[in-house]
This record gives sequence, structure tokens and C-alpha cells, in this order.
Amino acid sequence: MTEVSMTVNGKAVKADVPDNTLLVQYIREHLRLTGTHVGCDTSQCGACVVHVDGKAMKSCTMLAAAADGADVTTIEGIADNDLHPMQTAFKENHGLQCGFCTPGMIMTATDMVKRYQADGRELTEDAIRHELEGNICRCTGYHNIVKAIADGASKMTSA
Amino acid sequence: MYETKYHKASSVADAVSLIGKSDDGKLLSGGQTLVPTMKARLAAPSDLVDVSGIADMHGVSISGSTVTIGAATTHANVAGNADLQAKCGGVACLAAGIGDPAVRHKGTIGGSIANNDPAADYPAAMLALDATIKTNAREIAAADFFVGMFETALEEDEVIVSISFDAPAKAAYAKFPNPASRYAMVGVFAAQTVDGARVAVTGAGDDGVYRQFDMEAALDTDWSPNALAGVQVGSEGLLSDMHGDATYRANLVKVMTRRAVAGCA
Repeated sequence: MTEVSMTVNGKAVKADVPDNTLLVQYIREHLRLTGTHVGCDTSQCGACVVHVDGKAMKSCTMLAAAADGADVTTIEGIADNDLHPMQTAFKENHGLQCGFCTPGMIMTATDMVKRYQADGRELTEDAIRHELEGNICRCTGYHNIVKAIADGASKMTSA
Repeated sequence: MYETKYHKASSVADAVSLIGKSDDGKLLSGGQTLVPTMKARLAAPSDLVDVSGIADMHGVSISGSTVTIGAATTHANVAGNADLQAKCGGVACLAAGIGDPAVRHKGTIGGSIANNDPAADYPAAMLALDATIKTNAREIAAADFFVGMFETALEEDEVIVSISFDAPAKAAYAKFPNPASRYAMVGVFAAQTVDGARVAVTGAGDDGVYRQFDMEAALDTDWSPNALAGVQVGSEGLLSDMHGDATYRANLVKVMTRRAVAGCA
């Protein structure tokens, strides 16, 4: 067992976990934050993406112990009272069907928008599609997800 | 995942000591290959020694023409380094194309070359640029480092600290990703170095990364995509699998080399 302490969605948390606990297991099973999903178990689908110290990472592909001391944000932590602008954009653009991949899509989307805005680069449709390489959706064919992210990006700029 | 014992190393010396004391330990850097392998129960190290927090192993530094990259530097930090983009854009571009954004935020150059996956991107650049791999114990030339499939010259308890190379006059990487896995079916790193043209190929060889000497000779005579038109690329020694046979890969080697040379800046 290893004692891990980190900040999750602004709240300090601490627990003793077996050393082979994945960060996503810690988030879902210990903290009961089940918005972060496990889709593939092979590190390919991106349903488990969270932000670790401000960067999008696959929480199924890192150990909870390795996130000791980190600042973690999950899908539950991005909105205040209203939806986050990216969540609103997904809702308005029909950017989901079954919704399973959506938490990972939104965490990947907000990460990409922040990076592109920080670098002053234009987030084109091609760029969005390229940036979504690590997120798999089996329902939508991605079209409305791409539209939602473009819309969400402009909402985040004006917000 | 089988049980394991996690250790966070505070320094290179600490990592060497921890891995030396472990029964059947493995070094953990970004873990973007090791963790999935452990989840699939294809690896069961008794101990994991995490080197990702060692400050000395992070960052890109450039001194004169020499580029040095700390082994625990993530792909995203290599790709986004403005000095490296200016000095050797080919390597920055290669890093920007590894995996996906989340993988690039965690995966590291040291982990990638230590694993020496036959379809990994970095080994092609390391071999083409004649990089030096510095460990806690010695310096190893890339040509000696990459021994074969998933095999390197590293001793069991040896830790890669940094990688350095001389910035080439021109360099570019072109890969044809597998449509499903996105790993390189064939990836070619072409460079114009002080020692002449270099063409290193990943994804295609049945013994891992290798240099394509015929292409190098043609490019030494005339550095242009057209110079490659007459070069015959045989299928001996190339991989054949469900994704493509050796003849297909041989053709891809030629196409990707042309694209790399055309893309050189």
C-alpha cells in the first residue's frame, strides 16, 4: 500500500491504495467520481481523460501513486453552477449520442482549446480532427463533436 | 494488473540504487507503454522505479550545435520547445506526431528508446542523427544502442539520463501510420549531417530500426526526392504481418523517404 494525496477538483484528498491502483480506479472507486469512464482498458479510447497539473492525460494509463501531489481535474470539476461552455456546446450541437465517450471528449477538447489559445494558433477543423486522435466515439461519426468543439472554443474565448 | 511495489526516485543515483535492490524491477518513466503492458498482464515487475520526477532528467538544452534532451522529457515538451523547433524541426515534428495529445503529455523520449519498439518513432531519429545515449554509467552511440526488436545495449540496472546529438543542416521525418493503431507501418527520418546523408527506417525492419545505405548514397550525390527514383529497395529483412507484407513495406520505405527529403527544412 502507498499513501497518496492529491487535489481533485479543488479538494484535497488522501488515501492508502494498493500500489497497482490506476488513477482512474482511484477516481471512480475510491472518490466515487464516476463521470470519468473506462472504455477500452487498452489505453486507446480516451474516455478516461482527465487533467493532471493542467494537462490532458489518460487516467487509465497512470498509477494513482504516480499522481501523488498532483492537481487533478475531472469532468465533475469543470463547471461552476452552469455548464462549462464546452458542455453547452456539446449539448447545443448534438455532440453526443450515447454519451459514454463524452467526458473524455470534453476534457480533451478543453485541453486543446487552452493550448491553441495559449500558443495563438488557430484551431481549424483539421486541427480538431487531428487532436481527437486519442478519443474514440462509436456513435456519432465525430461530425457533431468537431462542430461542438469549434463552437465551444469560441464560447470559451468570449466567456 | 499484478501486484507491484511503486517507488518514486528522487535522483538518478536513487533510481539506480532502487532498481538494483529490487527483485525484478522495471524503470517507469511516462508509462505509456509499460502501464498498458502491465494492465494486459504481459509484464509483472516486482517493483516500479518512477524516474519521471527527477529534475536533472528534464528539458531540452542547446549549446552551439549540440542538442541535449533529458530522458524524462515528455513528447509534448520536445515538440513544443521553440529552440529545438528552430535548430532541428525534424525532431520536434516527430515528437508532435507520437501517439495522441494525452500520450504526448506523459510519454518520454527515454522511455521510448529504452523500449525500442520496432514501430516507435524516436529510434529512427536517434540512429539517423548518430545520437549519443548517456546513462548513469556510460555513453552509448545510437548505432550500438539499438540491438534488435525490443532490445537495447542497456544493462539491467542502467538508467538513461539524456540523449544528445549534433543538429543537422536539414532533417525531416515522414511516417505512414497504421490506420488502426497509428503506430508507424514505416517511418523514415532523413537528415543531412556533417557525415553525409542519413536515412533511418522504423516500422519496417524485422530486427528493428536500420539505416538504408543505398538511399544515403543516392542522396549524397544529389539531395533531392528525384535522386531516389532509381534506388531499388528490396523486401529482404522487412516485416510481413497482417497489416502489410514485406513488398508493401519496401515500397513504403521508398515513398516515405521521398516525402521526408521533400519535407526537409
